[in-house]
Amino acid sequence: MFNPVYIALIPLLPFFSFWLIGLAGRSLFPKYGSYAGTLVILVSFILSAFVAWQYFTIGSGGMTGAMHPQIIVFNYTWLQFSPSLSINMGIMLDSISVMMIVIVTFISLMVHIFSLGYMKGERNISNYYCFLSLFTFSMLGLVLSTNIFQIYIFWELVGISSFLLIGFYYEKPAAVAASKKAFIITRFADLGFLIGILILSYYTKTLDFQTLIRNASTPALSGDLIKSSFLGFSALSWGLVLVFAGGAGKSAMFPFHIWLPDAMEGPTPVSALIHAATMVVAGVYIVARLFPVYSMACPGALNVVACTGAFTSLFAAIIACTQTDIKRVLAYSTISQIGYMMFALGVSGYSGEPSLGFTASMFHLFTHANFKALLFLGAGAIIHYVHSNEMGNMGGLRKALPVTHITFLIACLAIAGIPPFSGFFSKEEILMAAWNANKLIYYVGLITAAITAFYIFRLYFNIFWHTTPPAHGNGNEATRDSHARKNKSGRELPVTMLIPLIILGILSVVAGFAPFGKLITANGTPLPMTFQPLFSIAPVLLAAAGIYTAYVLYGKENNLPQRAAAALNGFYRAAYKKFYIDEVYLFITKKVIFHSIGKPVAWFDRNIIDRNIDRTGESVSGLSFVIRKLQSGKVQDYAIYIVGGAVGILFLFLYITS
Amino acid sequence: MFNLTLFIVIPILTAIAVMVCRNGTQIRLAAFTGSVVQLLLSFLLLYYYTSERATGNMAQFLFTQRAIWYEALHIEYHVGVDGISIAMMMLTAIVVMAGILMSWKIQTLTKEFFFLVILLSLGAYGFFISLDLFTMFFFLELAVIPKYLLIILWGSGRKEYSAMKLALMLMAGSALILVGILAVYFHIGQERWVHTRDLAQIAVMQFPPDVQKFIFPFLFVGFGIFTALFPFYTWAPDGHSSAPTAASMFLAGISMKLGGYGCLRVAVYLLPQAASYYSWIIVLLAVIAIIYGSFATLMQKDLKYMNAYSSVSHCGFVLLGIGMLTRTAIMGAVMQMVSHGLMTALFFGAIGMIYERTHTRQIEELGGLLKVIPFIGVVYVIAGLCSLGLPGMSGFVSEMTIFTGSWQCTGMFNRVATILACASIVVTAVYILRAAGRAVMGPIGNEKYLQLPDASWSEKLASVMLIGTIVCIGMAPFWLTKLIDADTQTIMENILRNLRLS
Repeated sequence: MFNPVYIALIPLLPFFSFWLIGLAGRSLFPKYGSYAGTLVILVSFILSAFVAWQYFTIGSGGMTGAMHPQIIVFNYTWLQFSPSLSINMGIMLDSISVMMIVIVTFISLMVHIFSLGYMKGERNISNYYCFLSLFTFSMLGLVLSTNIFQIYIFWELVGISSFLLIGFYYEKPAAVAASKKAFIITRFADLGFLIGILILSYYTKTLDFQTLIRNASTPALSGDLIKSSFLGFSALSWGLVLVFAGGAGKSAMFPFHIWLPDAMEGPTPVSALIHAATMVVAGVYIVARLFPVYSMACPGALNVVACTGAFTSLFAAIIACTQTDIKRVLAYSTISQIGYMMFALGVSGYSGEPSLGFTASMFHLFTHANFKALLFLGAGAIIHYVHSNEMGNMGGLRKALPVTHITFLIACLAIAGIPPFSGFFSKEEILMAAWNANKLIYYVGLITAAITAFYIFRLYFNIFWHTTPPAHGNGNEATRDSHARKNKSGRELPVTMLIPLIILGILSVVAGFAPFGKLITANGTPLPMTFQPLFSIAPVLLAAAGIYTAYVLYGKENNLPQRAAAALNGFYRAAYKKFYIDEVYLFITKKVIFHSIGKPVAWFDRNIIDRNIDRTGESVSGLSFVIRKLQSGKVQDYAIYIVGGAVGILFLFLYITS
Repeated sequence: MFNLTLFIVIPILTAIAVMVCRNGTQIRLAAFTGSVVQLLLSFLLLYYYTSERATGNMAQFLFTQRAIWYEALHIEYHVGVDGISIAMMMLTAIVVMAGILMSWKIQTLTKEFFFLVILLSLGAYGFFISLDLFTMFFFLELAVIPKYLLIILWGSGRKEYSAMKLALMLMAGSALILVGILAVYFHIGQERWVHTRDLAQIAVMQFPPDVQKFIFPFLFVGFGIFTALFPFYTWAPDGHSSAPTAASMFLAGISMKLGGYGCLRVAVYLLPQAASYYSWIIVLLAVIAIIYGSFATLMQKDLKYMNAYSSVSHCGFVLLGIGMLTRTAIMGAVMQMVSHGLMTALFFGAIGMIYERTHTRQIEELGGLLKVIPFIGVVYVIAGLCSLGLPGMSGFVSEMTIFTGSWQCTGMFNRVATILACASIVVTAVYILRAAGRAVMGPIGNEKYLQLPDASWSEKLASVMLIGTIVCIGMAPFWLTKLIDADTQTIMENILRNLRLS
């Protein structure tokens, strides 16, 4: 039914195009690397759409009784550690991985097309497409993994592609710093992931997902896991929490969130692909992948997920209200929305009614990928036009950029949760799941929903309304994505940039009507999703209030924002400074790691160890200096030594014999 | 059948050819041809070895040859290979060839330079194929002395000091090894009336635990010095940074592996009970080297010093894998030796290319090289990515194998050691990205750099060869593990049998 060849082609095609563009792109076809990359992604997308169609229409799954069984398409032993432990490279199809490949290839395709216009004229355009292909390959490999180590491998690979793309403008120190920061912080979190893998694999005696999940969630087999404890928690909880820590790093959950806003130094389409729609949801994905273990064997770890998610969603939403760089607003918004997905997973159960959270989380992942990619691409179009990231340089752009304006508005409405746009439905399900499980988290989600509507419309009004349009292109010189752009034709944007905006805009309207309960559930059996109009009154009203507040403050030019900021003086400043988390990190790296560990180590190395080695050498040569005098070459000296020696031995002899 | 003596004969012939050549071009061509022949030969050896194994020949060492060298002291020329030594020989062949290509432009004393490099390779090949302890020691010495000359004649910086330090420290290591070898020889001579220095023969003898515990430190520390065992590693930073490019590549790429190989093949294999007894000390020293080395790297300002300290840290992984004494960890240690050999050779090659052009290795003075000399910049970044354990490159698979293997050792001490070792990969990321971000990326450091020429054909060939091998292992590690799996199993079985019997 599933032919391994064409399923394998989905990730392998971008892999080949990575090598092709990377090795030959610059010299053989510098102009066409971008088209080659785009074409390959198009094929990949068509294949994954076909696989998705096939998968979701196969009907009842026979033995397991699940509607959507897990299918191992193929599984190849890549690295055998020991008879039971091996890293396999394989492809596993189940509802979430099928959904993810569609999202990844689709958003990637949109970004590829958008970049044709956006990155036109860049010097290193073939490198750019090469890295995009690498990223797409790695992300597809990640979601299709059959083995927890396989996911770790691709996890690192998406990390490096993100690093390469953030640092694409490698001549700019800010971009280099941001790429370093992103890589190192996620690396630090991945350390947790790695140790988590080691713990899980040790106790479950496997690295394979299916076996691991079976072993860990069957009480008879997981006895060891729960018994052996460290600091009061079972090995399983440690393993799962550490794996989640890795996920939190990639998904920019508090306290690992600080890399994501800085990552906006990369080209904007990259932000849309990697830092909004796909890579940053990898943390959600890993929790969803191991969800049976989390929910059945270790609810404690799931609570950690829920609390981290809820806290992050509120925290990031507050910061988003104060930022003035439009990409940073969107970055914090992404963090906040991923927090939503996380806590939805955290409050979910495994089967039946309580498993709504899982479905809702995946649903939100799906809708969010659409509208957030749209927001970023829209922001890219605006930056392309204005040559600045700062809100202050924008305003009144609705005339100049009509298509961008409409699509951006759709995305804003979607993220704010206004019916009937897609975000409304998914957010609704999440809040419902939270309401059923944990009231506190529900209220956090509700408040966040209101703040979300406020900050996103603050962004919208600032860009498209507010003041009269500034003279075209008077943005300052510190443009992030700087390249000479001539808008001679009078058209707002190249058509390659408009098409993705329009497609994503349409999807952001209709995606909410997807029958997710039938498609994606925690245990593979369909879940009846009921829509309760009464329940949605509160979130929608709050969202509307948020939008209205944003309109009052930012719809026209006035001094209300300043007054509001002044009224909330200390709090506003703290939020504007991102609650000083960056400073904490800076303190730890500068003061603790460099000054308190690195410097003493370097000193110890030079002054203790090396000094003593040198001293050994010196003392040997000093000794030889002393001994050398004995060998003076004078016969008289030797005669004295001989006589002295003879006398000495004589006395010794007499002493012993007496 | 395959004649292993060819690996000795060909370097000798090459060395002679180099000596009789008239001019620089001839010398280079002779040396290059010799290294190519060696490389082809090692591939041929791999082919013969795998086909021999495929036919079911399960002897521990294949293609053995023996000839009596010095009857009175029972010294034999006894050679043979297993998967581990083949892996190391292929590493040697590749690194030597890359080293020769990288030093293509050497002008001063060309003849002597290539002669010494070939002599070094002779020592390394001989060491890896020897099965007789004394022959092994002989070749080990052969691989030390030329380094002194290479550094003192073609080096940079404080080269006299560094050369002397390196030679003396390595010689101290050799002295310890010699004591260990003699102790083994005389012990079995006195107690068993067997006079042999044959590895496989000695391995099956059960030494009393006290004797093992006495001899083991000599052998392990002796070989350990070669592989930068804490705290006897200080020859590495000074030696590496003063050495000319090819010598650095050889020193870090192969010479440090002589030590790791010796620790495994001689110390642990012959004296397993002592290895298990001292396991915690080895693990402790290895973890110190890993953590300490990575933090020391963080503070370096010179690219070569940086890489030398990171080598200390990475060789700590080798010792960690050996010290953990599980099959997976030992396999990882061997993989790490191969991987680190390639990666560090590439690193030193890249630094050499940068230094040759900019005449500085200070990170602060460099900058924006990716724009001016893109090929070299990319090579440096790739070496860095391999060093920080990026999947798809050899560093990742070997480190992960070590971690997984180490985790099989229960007990709080081993667990903490493993976690600390894992943590070092974060520090590695910090120092690699710091150096790459400053030296290779970022704005151009100096106007003069705009005129720099990119890599020449020989440098390109060398880099591509090393990168190709790194990626090949990283993408398809199974061929390497299949090659060495059975032999790590043999070593492990010997350890287990010894522990059972005691």
